[in-house]
Amino acid sequence: MAEHYYQPEIETMPREQMKELQDEKLRVQVQHVWDNVPYYRKKMEEKGVSPEDIHGQEDLKKLPFLSKADLREAYPYGLMGKPLKDCVRIQSTSGTTGKRVVAFYTQHDLDLWEDCCARAICAAGGTDEDVCQVSYGYGLFTGGPGLNGGSHKVGSLTIPTSSGNTERQIMFIQDLSATILCCTPSYAAYLGETMAEMGLKPEDIPLKAGIFGAEAWSEEMRRDIENTLGIKAYDIYGLTELSGPGVAFECSEQNGMHINEDHFIAEIIDPETEEVLPEGSEGELVFTAIDKEAFPMMRYRTRDICSLSRKPCSCGRTHVRMAKPKGRSDDMLIIRGVNVFPSQIETVLLNNGYPANYQIIVDRVRNTDTLDVQVEMTPEMFTDNIGEIEERQKTLVEGLKSMLGLKAKVSLVAPKTIARSEGKAVRVIDKRKI
Amino acid sequence: MSVKQISVFLENRPGTLYNLTKTLADGGIDLRAMSVAETKDFGIARMIVDDLDKAATVLKEAEFVNSLMPVIAVAVDDVKGGLARVLDEFAKADVNVEYMYSALASKATGQAYMIMRVTDTEAAEKTLSDMNVRLVRQEELAEM
Repeated sequence: MAEHYYQPEIETMPREQMKELQDEKLRVQVQHVWDNVPYYRKKMEEKGVSPEDIHGQEDLKKLPFLSKADLREAYPYGLMGKPLKDCVRIQSTSGTTGKRVVAFYTQHDLDLWEDCCARAICAAGGTDEDVCQVSYGYGLFTGGPGLNGGSHKVGSLTIPTSSGNTERQIMFIQDLSATILCCTPSYAAYLGETMAEMGLKPEDIPLKAGIFGAEAWSEEMRRDIENTLGIKAYDIYGLTELSGPGVAFECSEQNGMHINEDHFIAEIIDPETEEVLPEGSEGELVFTAIDKEAFPMMRYRTRDICSLSRKPCSCGRTHVRMAKPKGRSDDMLIIRGVNVFPSQIETVLLNNGYPANYQIIVDRVRNTDTLDVQVEMTPEMFTDNIGEIEERQKTLVEGLKSMLGLKAKVSLVAPKTIARSEGKAVRVIDKRKI
Repeated sequence: MSVKQISVFLENRPGTLYNLTKTLADGGIDLRAMSVAETKDFGIARMIVDDLDKAATVLKEAEFVNSLMPVIAVAVDDVKGGLARVLDEFAKADVNVEYMYSALASKATGQAYMIMRVTDTEAAEKTLSDMNVRLVRQEELAEM
């Protein structure tokens, strides 16, 4: 099958030409940010950099970084590059008010995001002949809207099922012959298991490809999904700060994700020293969005640890490939697609009168993430009344649910049982084999 | 005349109850009565011991979370319907028994000792006194 591109002239653009395009866009973007985003301009001034110092991507390292802390500080409007009247949409990350990221989009920003998603769908073999079922959540979460827009651009018939209601998902796949499925990998695995339980064989399922992202998944999980659904499963990467899914996507090679370099310049840095690392090194992924208008992220630290490769790809795309992120340089956990910081759990415990002595155990049971918060029983908390203890346990579960948007299990454990290394408690045990 | 019971928090998994009884044994504590209530992931062991202060110290040193709880020890006639008779009067007096377990019976007196946690200790005591049912003292339990 001949490789299918959405924008072949860009996706296969020779490196030299792409670099010129990036450098030009970068110069314009730095000026745009300097003129319109006082927050970032101040950061540049503090570093003694002005737009004249930035000639091309070799000068990127002169620019200051942006991190999640900046987003919090500047919340909600402080990093906008366009007045509100030019914006047409917001999207937001999961998480609490304190950690929530609200990203703004002009129509231009939405178009470039949807183009990126359209490229991902085409790379998975999608055309206007396809029926694309988008089972990512719709709403503030970027998954649904992003792939929905991409599917429209490709011209596929789009089924906006959103997440949940598994029976209905399967009914639409069957009755409307969906050929492409977009959702989180864990939901794809769950759909596959459910269909197998219903007695459906891979050859009975019309799907031929899936585009799965928003959470970490392994090669083993990919094979499982591919076998049960009888499809080819493609990875997709993105984050709300930069648009949403589609910042990078897999091609038929399934060996790293092509970064949409005409929109995003990627760097790999040492998360400790913040120094830019040579090509091929493993480190923290940093992105500069070079033509987003409303929310122009400059040198945004993703906290994802991975490496980049410029080895030629057989698919014909010339854009750099990023390896699947191996982990994170902060303590953020992604549980069932939701961003969770241990500090949020600590806050809930303290608010409910528990000591901040806890352990978070994350596991994956039948392809679904589980979150178990273990709390040490203290003399102050203990009572002879079981009902009272259980009631407090329930209150804690509810508190966690409203803070994280996730159902967690709360286990009470005996004092001093939470493992400590060198006097410091180990807060997170991630047993997931990804 | 309530007696003091020690309640201990235990995780609901193999070995925790053993650790508790071993700790008490090593501390020279004799159990006079005991019950274990469990939920899915934790349990509470409730005990009457021969030496309350010593037991509390031993448990604290071994880092068992515990609390002292007033309960009543009722000497119930060891005959058919003996317990029912007491509970009938409790019901009439609107005294609720939250939990109950038995201590070692005393052959000599022909009575069984029931340890009860009730909502209203005073009302329970009055009911028992009216019925001429004896309450057992802490020392008596210790020497049993």
